[in-house]
Amino acid sequence: MTNAIQDKPKDDIPVDQLSYEQAFTELQTIVGELESEGLSLDEALALFERGQELIRYCINLLDQTELKVQQILGEEIVDFETQVE
Amino acid sequence: MNQLAFFDPPLWTVNELTVYLRDLLESDNNLQDIWVKGEVSNISRPTSGHLYFTIKDNQSALRCVMWRNAVSRLTVMPRDGDAVEVHGSINIYEAAGQYQLYADLIRPTGEGALYQEFTRLKALLEAEGLFAPERKRPIPRFPNVIGIVTSPTGAALQDILNTIRRRYTLARIVLAPTPVQGDEAPAGIVTALETQNQIVIPDVIILARGGGSMEDLWAFNEERVARAIAASEAPVICGVGHETDITIADFVSDLRAPTPTAAAELATPNRADLMENISDLSQTMARVLTAEVNSQRLELNYLENQIANRSPQTRVRSDRQRIDEFIHRSGTALRHKLVLQRTNLTSLDHNLGSLNPFAILKRGYAVVSFPDNRIVRSVTQVHSSDELDVRVQDGRFGVQVRDDIQESE
Repeated sequence: MTNAIQDKPKDDIPVDQLSYEQAFTELQTIVGELESEGLSLDEALALFERGQELIRYCINLLDQTELKVQQILGEEIVDFETQVE
Repeated sequence: MNQLAFFDPPLWTVNELTVYLRDLLESDNNLQDIWVKGEVSNISRPTSGHLYFTIKDNQSALRCVMWRNAVSRLTVMPRDGDAVEVHGSINIYEAAGQYQLYADLIRPTGEGALYQEFTRLKALLEAEGLFAPERKRPIPRFPNVIGIVTSPTGAALQDILNTIRRRYTLARIVLAPTPVQGDEAPAGIVTALETQNQIVIPDVIILARGGGSMEDLWAFNEERVARAIAASEAPVICGVGHETDITIADFVSDLRAPTPTAAAELATPNRADLMENISDLSQTMARVLTAEVNSQRLELNYLENQIANRSPQTRVRSDRQRIDEFIHRSGTALRHKLVLQRTNLTSLDHNLGSLNPFAILKRGYAVVSFPDNRIVRSVTQVHSSDELDVRVQDGRFGVQVRDDIQESE
């Protein structure tokens, strides 16, 4: 499976700068590469570490409980006071 | 019919007259497949299940009957005082000499006109291609910003927010508030959609409104609202009313949801599912890597073995072992050989017997040696004046070498 790593090698970008989508997509790519059996043990371990980082990052993002809600007021975006459920 | 009306007005039986009137009414197309509007009164629904009522206005009243099967299709039962429009045909109930409207549909007044407008606009926009499937854009799977267009005070907004809180708190929500019914609603919705696209630039827009009558929802059937949805850069998910309500907005939007809650679900992935995906990937990673490490370990072991086999130490050990093995293997063969040799030895012994040096002495030969018992075999070993030892079969004596040392030819 040769999912191309595009242009810049993704493991150059610090994980916490990725969006959820980018992190998850990279994680899928990594797993695909690990499964493809072309790698040396060193390469596999490096990918595995990056994968672990991505997993921790994704889980952190999902665990956050505060939903940020705003509204448009004129030309501005301001916080929205939601009613208590 | 009697042509002598000049003298005698016709004489009918009741039935003849009634049948005549019935035929008259039945054959008049103006009285078949019509809508009649009025106010409901005298509603009655006996056990037969049929519906009997009157619709009236200031001047007149019209008796109506709706058979049971049509009644069962009514979504709302009319009540006395309702302003309605009734669809059916005029005919005569012969037994009572009563003309009636035989009804198959009842709807609230005004809805007829609305529905016509709905149909007209739908056809118009459809012909323009605004509903075409190719126009519909995919909804992003992981939206970063979700724009909402709805009333700030309605239940729809709360339903949406609760749903998103439950599923995907990663997205930032921005509400463009607007009335969603009444005269200001269409303009408000259009402005809100424009503002979302210009200021917020969301990944997806949810256009929502709770349930209501056709009139309540009418803003979502307005042409300018439809065109504003079509012009939206961000894909629009429309969740208006209840499951059975369909508006023009539903047709134009990129995705239609039966309710505001469903719209929020369509706009977001579910946290629980995402967690499961991550868990699956994590397990796969661990499994693959474990397998890889194990296979590498096996390979290392193998290589280790290979190396070990070629080390000098091992070489010696292995040579030794080979020797042992050789010996063991050849044990039997060797033993066999030894036995043979023993046999040979015995015969050798005999032969040797005749080669015994002392036997030679008996025959008259002497053994000449130096004082240190080295035997003299060659003239080159001796020099004149050397003292030598001569042994004969029964004793020994000393001699001295003279000058006349001679080598044989």
